[in-house]
Amino acid sequence: MDKDAPLIDIRNLVKHFGSVIALSGVSLTVRRGEVMCLLGDNGAGKSTLIKTLAGVHRPTSGEFFVEGQPVAFASPRDALDAGIATVYQDLAMIPLMSVTRNFFMGREPVKGIWPFRNVDFDHCDEVTREEMHKIGIDVRDPHQAVGTLSGGERQCVAIARAVYFGAKVLILDEPTSALGVAQTSMVLKYIHQVRQKGLGVIFITHNVRHAYAVGDGFTVLNRGKTLGTYRKSEIQIDELQNLMAGGKELQAVSEELGGMV
Amino acid sequence: MVNTTQPTADLAPATAVKTIQDERLREVSLLTKIMRRPELGALAGLVLVTIFFLSTADASMFTLAGIMNILSPAAQLGILAIAAALLMIGGEFDLSIGSMVAFTGLVFGAFITLSGWPLLLAIAATLAVAAVLGGLNGQMVIRTRLPSFIVTLAFLFILRGLSLVGLKWATGGSTQMRGIGDQAGDGLVRELFSGVAFEGVFSWLAAHDVIAKFPNGTPTVTGVPISIVWFVVFALTATWLLLRTRAGNWIFAAGGDANAARNSGVPVDRVKTSLFMLTACAAALVAILTVLDAGSTDARRGFQKEFEAIIAAVIGGCLLTGGYGSAIGAFFGAIIFGMVSIGLTYTRFDSDWFQVFLGAMLLLAVLFNNFIRRKVTGER
Repeated sequence: MDKDAPLIDIRNLVKHFGSVIALSGVSLTVRRGEVMCLLGDNGAGKSTLIKTLAGVHRPTSGEFFVEGQPVAFASPRDALDAGIATVYQDLAMIPLMSVTRNFFMGREPVKGIWPFRNVDFDHCDEVTREEMHKIGIDVRDPHQAVGTLSGGERQCVAIARAVYFGAKVLILDEPTSALGVAQTSMVLKYIHQVRQKGLGVIFITHNVRHAYAVGDGFTVLNRGKTLGTYRKSEIQIDELQNLMAGGKELQAVSEELGGMV
Repeated sequence: MVNTTQPTADLAPATAVKTIQDERLREVSLLTKIMRRPELGALAGLVLVTIFFLSTADASMFTLAGIMNILSPAAQLGILAIAAALLMIGGEFDLSIGSMVAFTGLVFGAFITLSGWPLLLAIAATLAVAAVLGGLNGQMVIRTRLPSFIVTLAFLFILRGLSLVGLKWATGGSTQMRGIGDQAGDGLVRELFSGVAFEGVFSWLAAHDVIAKFPNGTPTVTGVPISIVWFVVFALTATWLLLRTRAGNWIFAAGGDANAARNSGVPVDRVKTSLFMLTACAAALVAILTVLDAGSTDARRGFQKEFEAIIAAVIGGCLLTGGYGSAIGAFFGAIIFGMVSIGLTYTRFDSDWFQVFLGAMLLLAVLFNNFIRRKVTGER
C-alpha cells in the first residue's frame, strides 16, 4: 500500500436515486493528519456523499480510492474494516446504556469457551476509563449511563471509540450543530487532537466558523457538485461563507441587518 | 484578519470548562449503585407483599407446602415473563404468547396422541414449530416495520382460533384433548418435564425432622415441582445472558436505539428475530410442562397470559420503550404475582381483589420505574 497516497481520494463521484441526481461529480481528497471540512447548504449532497463513503450507498459511477487502492463497499461493515469510521450526530450512543457498554457496542471482547463465553467487562471498564481520561473526561464510574454525559462529552466518547478501534479516517456528521459554545470548543479541541495523531478527518458542518477553527482544507458542495476545494491559506472566512450560501445574497442580507449572519 | 483569530478565541474557554466539570463529578454512592439496578422495584415490591401477607394471612401460607403452592403458578407465568422481558428490552412486544401456549399445547398433544411419537421427539418438534412461528412474527415485524404490538395482536387471535379449530378437528368436536399424559410414557425425559425434583433431598430432610412429614415417614412435600426448577434455571441463564454476554449487550443496544446499534455493527434484525423465537419457545415450554402435568390440553390454555407476562416484566423494571430492564426483575415480578393470586385465599379478603391489586401494582411499578430511570440517566 502506498504510504504517501491520500487516505481517501474520490474523483467525479456520481450517485443517482432513480431519476433524482443526488451527486453529479464530486471530488474530495483527505490526507493523513488533515481535517477536510465539507461545507454546503441543505440539499447540497453532504449526507449522500458521506453515506457513500461510509458504505451505506453504492456510487453510480466515479472513482473511490482508499490509500491508493480502488474500493467498492457493500456494507457499512466493509467501510469500517477499511478504517473509515462515521460518527453520526444523534445516532452514535445509546443513552440508557453505560459508557462501557456503549464504548464496546458491537465489538465486545469475549473470553472463555462457548457456550460459556462471556464479555470481559473488567478489561472493558479499564479501557473505557483510560480512553476517557486521555480525552479529559473523568469518568469515575464507567457504569454510569451515557445519558448522564453532556452532548459534547457524548460526541467525544463516540470519536474516542472510533479512534480506539483503529479508524484511519473519521467522518464527523455535524458533530457541533446541537451543542453550546463550551461544548463545541471541547469537541473542536478533540478533533485537533485526533488530527495530531495522524488520522484524516472529514468534518461536515453548517457553521463556517467551526470549520475555519480546525480545518486545513475546505470543500464546498452545491447542488451535488464540488464548487471548489480551498486550503486555509487561500481563503478568508467571509468568502467561504458566501461560497457556501451560493452567492452574494447573504452578504446583502447581512449588511442590511448590520452584522454577520 | 479578525476572522483568523476566531479559533483561538473559541478554544480558550475549553480548559476553564473542564475544571468546572471535574468539580461537578460526584463520587458514586452505594445508593446510586443500588438505584441503578432495574430490578430494585420488583424486589422492594416483593418485600412489601411478603410483609403484607405475613401480617394478614394464615400462618400455613409460609410453610414449605404453602410456598410451593405460591411458586407453582409463579413458575409458569415466570418462564413467559422472563422471555417477554428479554424481548421488551430488545424493544419489541409479543402479545401472542398466551395463544402460543394453547397452540403449541395442541401441537404437542397431537404429536403424542395422533402421531404417536416418542416424548423426546414430540418435545423437540413442538419447540421447532414454536421457533418457526416466533421467527415468522419477528420477520414480519422487521420487514414491514409495523409495530410489533399490532403484528402480534393479530397472531393472538389467529393462534387462539387455530387452537380451537385444530382441537375440534383432532378430537372430533371437543375443545379438550385428553389422554396425553398416559401416552407420553415414562422415563428420564418425562421426569425432566413433569413431576417433582430433588425427592431424595426432601426424604432425607424429612427423615432428619427438618421438614414436616406424615406419620408413615414420607415428607408432606415430596419435592420441588419441576416447573419451578425450569423457572429458576431460566431466570439465572437469562440474567447471565443479559449482563455478561455479547448477545446481552446487543439486546440492550437493539432496544435502546436500533439505528445507533446498527451503525455500531450490531446485527439488530438477527437479535430481534432470535428474541421472538425465544419467547415462542418459552411459551411452548410452558405448554409442554402444563400438558404433561395435567395430562390434557384445552383451547383456553394460557388465556390472557400475554398481559400477565408483560405486567410481570414491567414490575420487574422493564421499560415499555425498550433498552432497559432485567430478567431477574421479571423473576421477582412473577413471584409477586403468584404470591398475591394464591395468598389472598389464605386471608379473609375476597380473592377477587386480585385484579384490583394487579392494576394498582402495574401503575405503581411504571411510575416508580420512570422516576428511577430519570434519576439514573440524568434525563430531564
